[in-house]
Amino acid sequence: MAALNTEPNLSSPDDFYERLIATHRGLSDEDSALVNAKLVLLLANHIGDAGILAQAMAAARDGVATESRGESP
Amino acid sequence: MKTYTNPVYPYRRPEELDSPGPKRPVVIIGAGPVGLAAAIDFGQRGIPVVVLDEDRTVSVGSRAICYAKRALEILDRLGCGQRVVDKGIGWNVGKVFLRDELVYRFDLLPEPGHRRPAFVNLQQYWFEEFLVERANEVNGIDLRWASKVVGVTPHPDGVDVRVATPDGEYTLACDWLVVCDGSRSPVRQMLGLEAEGQVFRDRFLIADIHMKSDFPTERWFWFDPPFHRNQSALLHRQADDVWRIDFQLGWDADPEEEKKPERIMPRLRAMLGDTADFEIEWASVYTFQCRRMQRFRHGRVIFAGDAAHVVSPFGARGANSGIQDTDNLAWKLELVMSGRAPDRLLDTYDVERTYAADENILNSTRSTDFITPKSGVSRTFRNAVLSLAKKYAFARRLVNSGRLSVPAILSDSPLNTPDRDPDFARGPGAMIPGSPAADAPVVGPAGDWLLDYLGGSFTLLGFGEAVGPFGVASLARDRIPCKVVQVDGKPAAGATTIDDTQGLAVQRYDAWPGTVYLFRPDQHVCARWREFDLPSVRAAIARATGNV
Repeated sequence: MAALNTEPNLSSPDDFYERLIATHRGLSDEDSALVNAKLVLLLANHIGDAGILAQAMAAARDGVATESRGESP
Repeated sequence: MKTYTNPVYPYRRPEELDSPGPKRPVVIIGAGPVGLAAAIDFGQRGIPVVVLDEDRTVSVGSRAICYAKRALEILDRLGCGQRVVDKGIGWNVGKVFLRDELVYRFDLLPEPGHRRPAFVNLQQYWFEEFLVERANEVNGIDLRWASKVVGVTPHPDGVDVRVATPDGEYTLACDWLVVCDGSRSPVRQMLGLEAEGQVFRDRFLIADIHMKSDFPTERWFWFDPPFHRNQSALLHRQADDVWRIDFQLGWDADPEEEKKPERIMPRLRAMLGDTADFEIEWASVYTFQCRRMQRFRHGRVIFAGDAAHVVSPFGARGANSGIQDTDNLAWKLELVMSGRAPDRLLDTYDVERTYAADENILNSTRSTDFITPKSGVSRTFRNAVLSLAKKYAFARRLVNSGRLSVPAILSDSPLNTPDRDPDFARGPGAMIPGSPAADAPVVGPAGDWLLDYLGGSFTLLGFGEAVGPFGVASLARDRIPCKVVQVDGKPAAGATTIDDTQGLAVQRYDAWPGTVYLFRPDQHVCARWREFDLPSVRAAIARATGNV
């Protein structure tokens, strides 16, 4: 199974980060959440590989409290 | 209702009220779609059945309206598919809208060459009425109306059923009890058995209206439509110019209030416009559940349909899967009752149908989670999918307004003989062992479709001159007989010969001259070979009947 690439892969990290934040400029938290969700879906489809996506989801969830409110995953 | 009057079936005073009657081979509880399908299947197999139902009519209200291709094919075998198809409204296409914009269109049967469409919509009362008519044509089916089951006592060698009638109570003894008494299943409760799972926190209004309209016969589903903001809605055509409309109401809706015409009419007016001419036929408010019994077989008591497993309605996976339960059960019980298969064959009913139930529950739960998001983030992702679906093809595949009923492929069933020949197609749609048979147009003595020739008993389908007269005669004489159907080629003595005039049977079965497929009596593939070999076929039949 292919491994999630967690080594530096962005050619210009600061530019990327600035653009990511700029994408949300002027949005309410609710609309920002929608934009983020769309972004996740677009990128997930681009990646396609279910194994990579599962590793990314696990890595994103790692270290975030499991007992927080709401439904279990 | 304007378009339908419920029949009142005759109640007859049962003989058991006066003197104890004989022990019955099979008693079925519940004369709904599932109980009736079971009764017809047993009757056609020459097994007498008593069917008990507490009222004297069919479904009150349209309830289950979408009958899937596989269920229709089973009804064809039961002799009442055409009635349902003639009266019902066939459809293959579904459309999903976000607000007033089309975001997704699906065709559930994109290829021709199948007798039955993906779905036929028909009110449950019509469906049941046709099955009652068919049951009355079949010998040995004793339909007992106004017969409420008030007690069930299982024994090692049978079951005693206590029945209340207008004239008093009596006890009916039987060898086998088939319980098809619906999602609340009083019998399940009497036996202290549970169906576990989840209830979704949402409410839906179903309204059936009578309306002349040239609206297309498609399934239309809206997320957040202009006429019903922030909720979903569904429009479906049924027979007799009756239209089913579902409105999502949310968990806080008051079910009693929402059922009142003065609450329903403004919702319908908003959807259909001020000038539309319609009348409300029937309305109901419901919640969803997805749950199942841990086991469907409890000794000589066997559960089928909603009594055994319940799903939310958005995939039309309720009645359709219940009919598949009985399709799976009847032949197995016949073989066990006649001593030609061991009792453990009935355990495979449980294995195969709990597998199918889990698949249905999984699909139904996913649809419900999409339609009724359970958390803020779930709603955000749902809305993100819908908003992307307008523009991008990939997101349309994520839109889930119901993954509509398709039969389970029983690929892990212990009754299958695994492929020995490695060169069979195995991709999607391939007829791997465990698959329900694909249909194809043919020319032959008993009908124009391949499925007319499969099922009822074990069937060996041979392509070309695969099976010689000795093989045909040997299989016909076996204790569990197997008929031989030959596709194309010079007819072999004793075999039924059909012509694959459009080449679709060969294509759908990835067949070469000499290829043979073995079908169970419920039309599922259980083995296939590139070359006929009598001992192999016999071994596969033994395996498919629990005899090894």
